[in-house]
Amino acid sequence: MTAITPPAPPSRLLAAAHAVHRNRAVAIGAVLLLAVVLLSLFAASVASADPGQIRPRLRLRAPDWAYPFGTDALGRDIFARVLHGGQVSLLVGLLSAAAATLVGTLVGLVAGSSRLLDAIVMRAVDGLMAIPSLLLAIAIVALVGPNLFSIVAAIAISEVPRVVRLVRGVVLTVREEPYVRAAEGLGIPTPLVLLRHILPSCIAPLVVQTTHMFAASILIEAALGFLGVGFPPELPTWGNVLAEGRAVFQRAPWTIVFPGLFLGLSVLAVNILGDGLRDRLDPRLARTAKAA
Amino acid sequence: MGYLILKRIAAAVPVMLVVATIVFILLRLSPGDPAMVLAGDMASPQEVAQIRARLGLDRPLPVQYATWLGDMARGDFGVSILSKRPVLELILARLEPTFVLAFCAIVLTVLLAVPLGATAAWYHNSWIDRAVMAASVLGFSIPAFVIGYLLILGLSMSLDIFPSQGYVSPFADPLGAARHLALPSLTLSVVFMALIARVTRSSVLDVLGEDFVRTARAKGNVERRVLWRHALPNAAIPIITVIGVGIALLISGVVVTESVFNIPGVGLLTIDAILARDYPIVQGLILFFALVFVAVNLLIDIVYVLVDPRIRY
Repeated sequence: MTAITPPAPPSRLLAAAHAVHRNRAVAIGAVLLLAVVLLSLFAASVASADPGQIRPRLRLRAPDWAYPFGTDALGRDIFARVLHGGQVSLLVGLLSAAAATLVGTLVGLVAGSSRLLDAIVMRAVDGLMAIPSLLLAIAIVALVGPNLFSIVAAIAISEVPRVVRLVRGVVLTVREEPYVRAAEGLGIPTPLVLLRHILPSCIAPLVVQTTHMFAASILIEAALGFLGVGFPPELPTWGNVLAEGRAVFQRAPWTIVFPGLFLGLSVLAVNILGDGLRDRLDPRLARTAKAA
Repeated sequence: MGYLILKRIAAAVPVMLVVATIVFILLRLSPGDPAMVLAGDMASPQEVAQIRARLGLDRPLPVQYATWLGDMARGDFGVSILSKRPVLELILARLEPTFVLAFCAIVLTVLLAVPLGATAAWYHNSWIDRAVMAASVLGFSIPAFVIGYLLILGLSMSLDIFPSQGYVSPFADPLGAARHLALPSLTLSVVFMALIARVTRSSVLDVLGEDFVRTARAKGNVERRVLWRHALPNAAIPIITVIGVGIALLISGVVVTESVFNIPGVGLLTIDAILARDYPIVQGLILFFALVFVAVNLLIDIVYVLVDPRIRY
């Protein structure tokens, strides 16, 4: 009988590559998202035009090789504006999702560990969830004034309840597990039990949730800009670029179609990535509906 | 059963109380004097003083809160800064277009997304399933206003059937209303359809593994009948629950859709009020929308109790 040689342990990189290969959705989403991020980061070199430069003689030019997305009512290069806008819009999306995850996880952990706090926190969560997220974001930004901090905070606040519910749910199930009981029995203080023994169970669903919130945040920022309550109009963001197209859409459809499709494609990339991660990381969640 | 229904209603009250508290805190969060905020930029010192007295800003915070809560509970949302008319009256006057639009979107969603989701589950892992899921991700990713403009570009600017702007009441001119409402309802329902198709698919998938489905097959039912008569009704509860929760999505969508198609409903009122800094209206609208959300979900809970004998709280 020939000796069976065990397969060489694959390197971490190889394992990751293998995982990506096994899940096409993650690969497609990641590559698309990477492309969008790179295009935005290197906006200045990809689109040579200055996104703010006003050229009255070039107003509302249809898309061609020089101006792939056409020009807007002030003769500005829409392609350049969309790529530069990506810097702000992606940053807002990332910061909002990160903030919501961080705050929501902390609150959820605490709520799941104490009966009294749980009752209070869950009532607050029910109340927050009863206010439509776009409406809440609009109201907060309108009251505090539009800037990076208020817009990120407004979007994050409208998303926190979902994270709290998710984490609390995991805490309530995991709390009864023997290993958590054992840790408690050994006299390990509650905060440490939460962080060392319960938090790891939350990571997989949190990664998925954060990815989907990243997509949702980009959409809320775009809606704020579109409705004219987001960042000041001078700043190119995806929402603001779309808002600028509204008045001239009938004459120059490209002012909305191209930025809109670019935005849609970016969000699609994030959502595909999120769905792929969900199938990969948490097979139990794979068929559960995504709460938008 | 009556007791159960009362219990559900009682559970909805604290939610509204929390919403009201959030709105109260929001107004106090804004930089500056809430009386100035509620009076508007153009208000005279007398008007500001009047509002300050009404809000009782010189009294302790708990007293202010109680007074304000009492006003809200009685439906006294104050008066608009610009038009000086009661906020409640303004909201009620704009209700019809929004209600009709939302109703059409929900009907469209149930008629299209539920069969699509059920079919996807039935042909699990086939190309139909993949197509429905792909369409669903796409629906989640493209913002409603972009869909609205794409529809205007494709169906309104080239064909003359669907006007891109304005609202016609179905009670006055049913045909005109159908033409005016077609594109906005479709725009509004896309995200909703994406959500409901997904939920229907996963819910039907769960049910298809159950014993009673096998029994229905063993009894010699036609396959189609197994799906539509046995599987789908038993998968209905999660679907209806998500329709209820999705009302929040629909309300956010209404604001954007009414803005694109220039429909004079509550959504457009929201944007106008925000841009005009007419905060009494904004405050009233948030409470109003939250009330709609809570009421719809309460209604769904009550329907469950009445329809499904398995539900016992």
